[in-house]
Amino acid sequence: MLTTEERQRTSLLKRLHIDGPLLLPLVLLSVASLFVIFSAAGKDIAVVERQSIRIGLSFVVLFVVAQIPPRALSRFTVPAFIAGVLLLVAVLVFGEMGKGAQRWLDIGPMTIQPSEIMKLAMPLMLAWYMNQRPIPPSIYRLFGALILVIIPTLLIARQPDLGTSLLVACAGVFVIFLAGLSWKLVTAAGISVAALTPVLWFYLMHDYQRQRVLTFLNPERDPLGAGYHIIQSKIAIGSGGIDGKGWLQGTQSQLEFLPERHTDFIFSVFSEEFGLTGVLILLALYGFIILRGFVIALRTQDIFSKLLAGSLTLTFFVYVFVNIGMVSGLLPVVGVPLPLISYGGTSMVTLMAGFGMLMSIATHHRLVMKDG
Amino acid sequence: MRHRTHIRDHDTEAALFGRRVLVAMVIVVAAFVALMSNMYHLQVIEHNELQTRSNDNRIKLLPLAPNRGLIYDRNGVLLAENTPVYSLDVTPEEIDDLENTLSELQQLLDFPDTAIKRFYRNLKNQRRFNNVPLLDDINEEQLAIFAAQQHKYPGVSIEARLIRNYPHKELLTHAVGYVAKINRNDVNRLRDSGELANYAASRTIGKLGIEKYYEKDLHGEVGYQSVEVNNRGRAVRTLSIEAPEPGQDIVLELDLELQRKAAELLGQQRGSIILMDTTTGGILAMASTPSYDPNWFVNGISVKQYQSLLNSTQSPLLNRATQGAYPPASTIKAQIGLLGLEDGTITEETRIWDPGWFEIKGVDRRYRDWLAWGHGWVDIEKAITESCDTFYYDLALKLGVDKISSFMGKFGFGEKTGIDIHEEVSALMPSRGWKRARFGQPWYAGETLSVGIGQSYWTATPMQLAVATAMVANKGEHLVPRLLRGKMQDGVFEQALITQREPLTLSDSDYWDAVKKGMRNVNMAPKGTARRAFADAPYSSAGKTGTAQVKSLGQEEEYNAEDIAERYRDNAMYVGYAPADKPRVTVVIAIENSLGGGGSIAAPVARKMLDLWHSRFNNEKKQQVEIDADH
Repeated sequence: MLTTEERQRTSLLKRLHIDGPLLLPLVLLSVASLFVIFSAAGKDIAVVERQSIRIGLSFVVLFVVAQIPPRALSRFTVPAFIAGVLLLVAVLVFGEMGKGAQRWLDIGPMTIQPSEIMKLAMPLMLAWYMNQRPIPPSIYRLFGALILVIIPTLLIARQPDLGTSLLVACAGVFVIFLAGLSWKLVTAAGISVAALTPVLWFYLMHDYQRQRVLTFLNPERDPLGAGYHIIQSKIAIGSGGIDGKGWLQGTQSQLEFLPERHTDFIFSVFSEEFGLTGVLILLALYGFIILRGFVIALRTQDIFSKLLAGSLTLTFFVYVFVNIGMVSGLLPVVGVPLPLISYGGTSMVTLMAGFGMLMSIATHHRLVMKDG
Repeated sequence: MRHRTHIRDHDTEAALFGRRVLVAMVIVVAAFVALMSNMYHLQVIEHNELQTRSNDNRIKLLPLAPNRGLIYDRNGVLLAENTPVYSLDVTPEEIDDLENTLSELQQLLDFPDTAIKRFYRNLKNQRRFNNVPLLDDINEEQLAIFAAQQHKYPGVSIEARLIRNYPHKELLTHAVGYVAKINRNDVNRLRDSGELANYAASRTIGKLGIEKYYEKDLHGEVGYQSVEVNNRGRAVRTLSIEAPEPGQDIVLELDLELQRKAAELLGQQRGSIILMDTTTGGILAMASTPSYDPNWFVNGISVKQYQSLLNSTQSPLLNRATQGAYPPASTIKAQIGLLGLEDGTITEETRIWDPGWFEIKGVDRRYRDWLAWGHGWVDIEKAITESCDTFYYDLALKLGVDKISSFMGKFGFGEKTGIDIHEEVSALMPSRGWKRARFGQPWYAGETLSVGIGQSYWTATPMQLAVATAMVANKGEHLVPRLLRGKMQDGVFEQALITQREPLTLSDSDYWDAVKKGMRNVNMAPKGTARRAFADAPYSSAGKTGTAQVKSLGQEEEYNAEDIAERYRDNAMYVGYAPADKPRVTVVIAIENSLGGGGSIAAPVARKMLDLWHSRFNNEKKQQVEIDADH
């Protein structure tokens, strides 16, 4: 039984559309990130200050988004998705003129990154699309869904931004999977990928791409070139041992042997300084967030919210898995930051907006029932 | 088209979704298990290895060069010292635009293009993150200019180090030698002997003379500094230092003043002067002219400069004291006389008639004495005093070359003296066997006559002559000549040991007195060949002159120094010791292609050397006696 005071507090959070169990690990990780960034950035307090502001802003975005009921979200979905695609096209067009990689779009005083919009627009769109008919979807609808996934993915991949296009594609594919994509098709897709791999390897890949894959499989074959980063990262992680070298004591990071210390490789800094103990605590927090996301998805009533919540949760999981996997040598190096810990602005805002949607789903579903 | 209505079964759909979430959760859990087991693998199982690699990354052992031991003369005058020089070093990894930086530095400090070329050459052989010297020795002006601009050039630094300096330049080159840059041969040799690690920080190594012979003592032990470095190899902090152990200081027997005098007396002539302590074998002076400045080699001699030394007709690189193989000429008459006495071929009373020439029975050739009208009746004493050749033609013919050869071997002819420098030759003591092996020819009697007066194939180094002369002075004691007086072992002077070879014992020690009397007469008797040179000397002395033919003359040719090409002029030789009865010093003079013989050219030089020795060392001896008396 809850005490009156607790019930009041719970109801206060509920009224603010905040999910306490989800908020707690988010806050803990954000605070931890400031400490890790301070260490990774060579004790530069200015970097920490900038990140604090971003975190604050992100939580504001989270809070604002949490206030929007899922029904309203679904109403904005189609225009948002179309706008996202158009902006991606615009980026490509202006990018052609500006030479080189172009991910940003200058609109008067502000810049927007359409691929970040797409990170949210994609699961929204697919969830909306799947919710138009009962699930599991028919083969025709699957075909339509596939087109919805492929168009933005290719547009982002052309920027080129492989990491983001991968995440965006995942967000869409997860919705399809959660909506009950038949196992036969899942198996068929798996087999065709396996069959295509040799074709890809021998006929489609450039030599330098093959070299890159080989280096991923065995970084020691190129210890001073492409393998250098991953070798240094593994050394950092492994030398941390069980207890870690201590905060600010990681020699691999402090002496700058690690690349991209406060962004993509921040997990290596964390592992070196806090050891396996710290890693397990970190993974527990991530695991708890993912678990909470699934619980929200399962509890909510309408299929749109379920699919959206499930996709957001799984995408978050992919973030964590790909980043940790790549810095510890399980996966090839693709530029994916460690969510909530890595230094960086836009992706953090997007991520928090996603959690805002989760919170909205968690705190609005009862109200939806009442409305019904 | 008719709009199809779907009756949505919410529960079925939610159940489908629930099953899919369950699958997703299984995948998530599996992925987390994979991450965690990978972490466990890295942080627990491979921890030790990766910890080591982490330390290898950050901890670098920087070798620290030991300071090379100094070299002093017997009076504590510095002969080889270490002086600080400043070099301009570049760490290429820390410079963005190397080419531009180099050209800016060139404008700033004004140095030739060759320095840049050399820099790029060195760069190829250098390990990553090591400093590469751009300018080896920058002067104070350049130092000041760069110091003011240093902040503009990260990765360029001024490094101070000690460099070997020989303040007396060419005066001691052949004795002290020099150090020079360690080359590939040195590296291979050091690797083979397991000493390479000790040279990790050393740039130079002894290449000649004392510097080479006592390299092990002079070099010292390398030290190490373990520093923490960042990814650009820059040292962040020092973790520990194991200080290098400096090399030992070395004191030589040489007396700088005597050495200077010797060089001065030789002047522009090619030749050698040795002064050896007859009681210890210590070398008080060892000059060889012409010489060269050893400092050229320390800083890296240019090919052109080296070629000029190598190809000079004056052979400045040759250490004439130990590598100059000269016909000993009459300087060995005492030793051959001893053989005659010991062998019983002659006695102290044996006399022969010298008409000014000698004939071998059945050979139609006259062997001339240097004195055309002859010395008259000659015994061993007179033969030495007046350097009678005829007496020695007769004696040599009776002895035969093999007896001479083996007996002279006991005086050390034909073998290295064992002096403590590596630049030494054994010269040549000929014998029948040697000639057969060398030329496949029989030995001729006439050659025996030539050997009897120290000519023919017989050659000896001045150092061998010093040893052989000291053996006469010491009546058979065979000292090994030595430049080293002692080493400073941890601040304590440790005297070098006197080394001797098997002494020569004669059946009757009076034989020694007989030849020594002859040698004393050389300097002090009215008809001695060196009497003029040693007139009114404030000390007694003994000696033997020698005039070596470089070109053999035809039977009727007259020798006239002025008319003969410089290269074919006689060598003037002199050996001697003083005082005559209690010898303390041995002197050897060898002057190539001189305008006179041993008596007129070499003996006066010996006199001047002994005069200076007398004025310097008599006092020293007295002081020592006084100090001894105090005890």
